[in-house]
Amino acid sequence: MISMKNVYKKYPNGIVAANGIDVEIKQGEFVYVVGPSGAGKSTFIKMMYREERPTSGDIFINDVNLATLKPKKVPYLRRQIGVVFQDFKLLPRLNVYENVAFALEVIEESPKVIRKRVMEVLELVGLKHKARMFPTELSGGEQQRVSIARSIVNTPKVVIADEPTGNLDPDTSWEIMNIFEEINARGTTIVMATHNKEIVNTIRHRVIVVESGLITRDEYGGEYGYES
Amino acid sequence: MKARTAGRHFRESFKSISRNGWMTFASVSAVTVTLLLVGVFVMIMMNLNKVADDLERDVTIKVMVELTADEEAVATLGEQIKSIAGVAEVVTSSKEQELEKLMLDLGDELRLYEQENPLHNVFYAKALDPQETEKIAQKIKRLDNAFEVKYGEGKIEKLFSAINTSRNVGLILILGLLFTAMFLISNTIRITIVARRRDIEIMKLVGATNWFIRIPFVLEGMWLGVLGAIIPMTAVTVLYYNIYKVLEPKLEQGKLFALLEFSPFIYQVNGLILLMGIFIGIWGSFMSVRKFLRV
Repeated sequence: MISMKNVYKKYPNGIVAANGIDVEIKQGEFVYVVGPSGAGKSTFIKMMYREERPTSGDIFINDVNLATLKPKKVPYLRRQIGVVFQDFKLLPRLNVYENVAFALEVIEESPKVIRKRVMEVLELVGLKHKARMFPTELSGGEQQRVSIARSIVNTPKVVIADEPTGNLDPDTSWEIMNIFEEINARGTTIVMATHNKEIVNTIRHRVIVVESGLITRDEYGGEYGYES
Repeated sequence: MKARTAGRHFRESFKSISRNGWMTFASVSAVTVTLLLVGVFVMIMMNLNKVADDLERDVTIKVMVELTADEEAVATLGEQIKSIAGVAEVVTSSKEQELEKLMLDLGDELRLYEQENPLHNVFYAKALDPQETEKIAQKIKRLDNAFEVKYGEGKIEKLFSAINTSRNVGLILILGLLFTAMFLISNTIRITIVARRRDIEIMKLVGATNWFIRIPFVLEGMWLGVLGAIIPMTAVTVLYYNIYKVLEPKLEQGKLFALLEFSPFIYQVNGLILLMGIFIGIWGSFMSVRKFLRV
């Protein structure tokens, strides 16, 4: 479902963030992307939702080539992927319900379906009772749960998360991971960049290690450690 | 776009206005101040223009007919003047009528002259375009039996050049003011949008198309323009109503010139202010959002 073929990415300032990446991720997989800071992890993730374009090579998501995708088509691609960020990226002037509903308004869903779907996903992340609150009134963990709810509300095949637990305390991080597990169990592919060693070593999944723009290790049920 | 999405955009734009409190206030104030300036200025300029028009229209060519001309020759001259290109109207005044006028001004002692009237028969001619007065007067001078042609030589040239200068200055001032207004307002709106730059980025990440993001902003700009137009419209109306009430009766006595009539004029000015508010609001939002929509 996601495949990268010989992907290079060189930024205008000369930094090479991807130096020939080849990878294949199947539907329903849960993949950790780990690696030291500045190794190209973020670029790897960003290229998947077309925030960055590869300098050369191809990236396919559901047979759409992101390397050649026209800017006009980008919104339609983004609707097929849910994205979760370290800093949540919620709209501060919209309340919890509206933030989640926004992803459905964008695809011009009917109000009836919107109401039903939003309440479903808010229930899934355990925030149904806080639907009317604004992001600033929520804790970090709650905000991240809203952001996850938003990413899955239009039932994408894949959710991409860029250090979703990076700003959260350990307890909250585990709660968030439980939600991701739940989403994955329903068949959604999850690609997660993370620095959290404990999580990677406890909830075992496929681990892709990115170092200096290259995949240096790729194993199922692997451990975090890349230093060694 | 589906109808309910259009409805959503409208609701969204209203919501934005109320939730952005101070930013809305700042933009609306900027619009209010500039539109008020423009409104008052347009009001003054259009009235000055009207006064200038009235003054111009007052310029008349007085043609005195040769004393030796018989009735037929006088009639011929009248026809000839009428047929000159650019002449709007010709009024005939016989020497008897002229004497009457003179007696009105100077008193009945002049009745003595009724026996042997020394005055000339006169034609009063007006030019279609008052600025053409001089040319027409020259043409009339060349006609037979035209004894003397008077049109305020020297004086009207000065009047016309003063009127023309003031018109041009007024036009330049209005354009300058409009330009300043648009710059000021679009800048204020830009600030409110810059504050929401992150929102726009987030919307794009969730898969919103450019138009989906743009329309609520543009609508919001339009409302800001409408809100900003309310006070200027009211103020201009009240102001002009009072000025008109005080000045018009006095001017009517003079009969030289008049203000623009309250009824159609005030609607025109208000319409102009409203349209300008809307246009500036939409344009300001559009230009500001555009900058942040580039991927």
